[in-house]
Amino acid sequence: MMSAVRRRTGDAIATRAVQAGFVIALVTLWHLATTQWGVSHFLLPQPAAVLRELADVLRSGEFVQDLKITLHEVVVAFAAAALSGTVLGYLISRSAYLVRVFEPLFSGIYAIPAILFFPVYVLIFGLGPASKIAIGTTISFFPVVLSTIAGFAHVDRILVVAARSMGSSGYQMFRYVLLPAAFPVILTGLRMGFILALLSILGSETIASLEGLGHRIVSLAELMKTERMFAYIVFAVAIAALLNVAVSALEALGRRR
Amino acid sequence: MARMPAALRHPAGARALVILALFGIWEVAARWFVDPSFMSPPSRVVAFMDELFATPGVPQALFTTFLELAAAFALSVAVGLAVGLLVGLHDFSRRSLLPIVLLLYATPQVTILPLFILYFGIGPASKIAFGMSHGMFPIIVTVAAGVQNIKPILLLSARSMGASPRQVLRWVIFPHMIPSFFTGMRLAMTAALLGVLLAELYVSSTGVGYFTHLFADSFEPAKLFGLITVLALMAIVLNETVRRAEVRFGHWQST
Repeated sequence: MMSAVRRRTGDAIATRAVQAGFVIALVTLWHLATTQWGVSHFLLPQPAAVLRELADVLRSGEFVQDLKITLHEVVVAFAAAALSGTVLGYLISRSAYLVRVFEPLFSGIYAIPAILFFPVYVLIFGLGPASKIAIGTTISFFPVVLSTIAGFAHVDRILVVAARSMGSSGYQMFRYVLLPAAFPVILTGLRMGFILALLSILGSETIASLEGLGHRIVSLAELMKTERMFAYIVFAVAIAALLNVAVSALEALGRRR
Repeated sequence: MARMPAALRHPAGARALVILALFGIWEVAARWFVDPSFMSPPSRVVAFMDELFATPGVPQALFTTFLELAAAFALSVAVGLAVGLLVGLHDFSRRSLLPIVLLLYATPQVTILPLFILYFGIGPASKIAFGMSHGMFPIIVTVAAGVQNIKPILLLSARSMGASPRQVLRWVIFPHMIPSFFTGMRLAMTAALLGVLLAELYVSSTGVGYFTHLFADSFEPAKLFGLITVLALMAIVLNETVRRAEVRFGHWQST
């Protein structure tokens, strides 16, 4: 018994060691490649230089404007997709017939890479935030609507019949039977929708934009300011990771209630 | 429910009608309500298909994109399978390496798209590499998970009957991995499509990205819509092929 516990903690330490070793090896290789093996700093800047630039970006507050734009686009796009997706999904889920009509349709469209339509959105909505919001909404709508349909349409029949035979009103049915059963599934869809909105907005800012984090990275790349570009990449990845963690935590919180 | 027309009684028929209605709305909106330099009705898009394909460079750009997709997908499958097996086969490597893979999978790769162009140039190599960077992670994760879910009793009985490690791999682990591998391939196709098309749209000096910019800047929405329609059809066919393969080969266990 004791030895099993010790082995498990020993194993856990070894796992962490491998993970830490991986990161250390990567950074060491990166450092050696740039300082010893003569890789051009236009292609790969030195880690120390990137760190310096990152500190400068954070200290100067230069990132605030771009971050604001990107977050604003993400929030608006996600809000629009969450609202339309849950409402439409609920309405569709009320009829088994509509579910059979729309569920395959939506999942079919969902499989098409919607970023393809971005050039059309730019043509219609311009280079500003509107086209990013539109593409973000389009892309994050599908996981939300699909999970809402799945959540509401597949509530256990027994629960519904039991509630009805006990004389529940329409509102009671929704509030105490359908919603609690569907909620966890919808939450997953909302989380995926948020992540997709963030990714598609960063991506569309990369393709054609005047401002925002994605655009900043691209314009630094075009100016061959690789060090600062790396700093912004690190910054953007960190923001994305933070949002990811925050959304997952919210999902876990919502699930527990 | 009131009695419905025969076409509507079947969900597939109703679905076709919904799609037709959407195209109808698009046709009416584009024909009479939207500035024709920004949007084209479907009828004009179809009528302009000939002209689109007669534009010098367009068929080549589309064909190149198709080849990039095929290469990115094939490389994703090959690398994903190898790495997935390496990560998944041993308990220790899975617990130590899978979190790293998941971490990389969760990072937004679009942020490093300019780096791919910087390293691999504006030609097909950067697009294949970027598509692969999207496509291989779902395969790694599903293969590692598929290897993990084998019932220990199967491994134990194979071993106790004297199977060599290679035989265990070939006759127990491989067949067991097949369903999740096909699921991974479907996800990888979606991801590789996204990666390749993102890179294609980003590079505006050659390929599909050049033509989307050209048609948008010269206000030829019929050609722009046509180009996008062809690419969307390409994506649908590729997705559907992999999905059919998943349905066909992915569920041998249940029979």
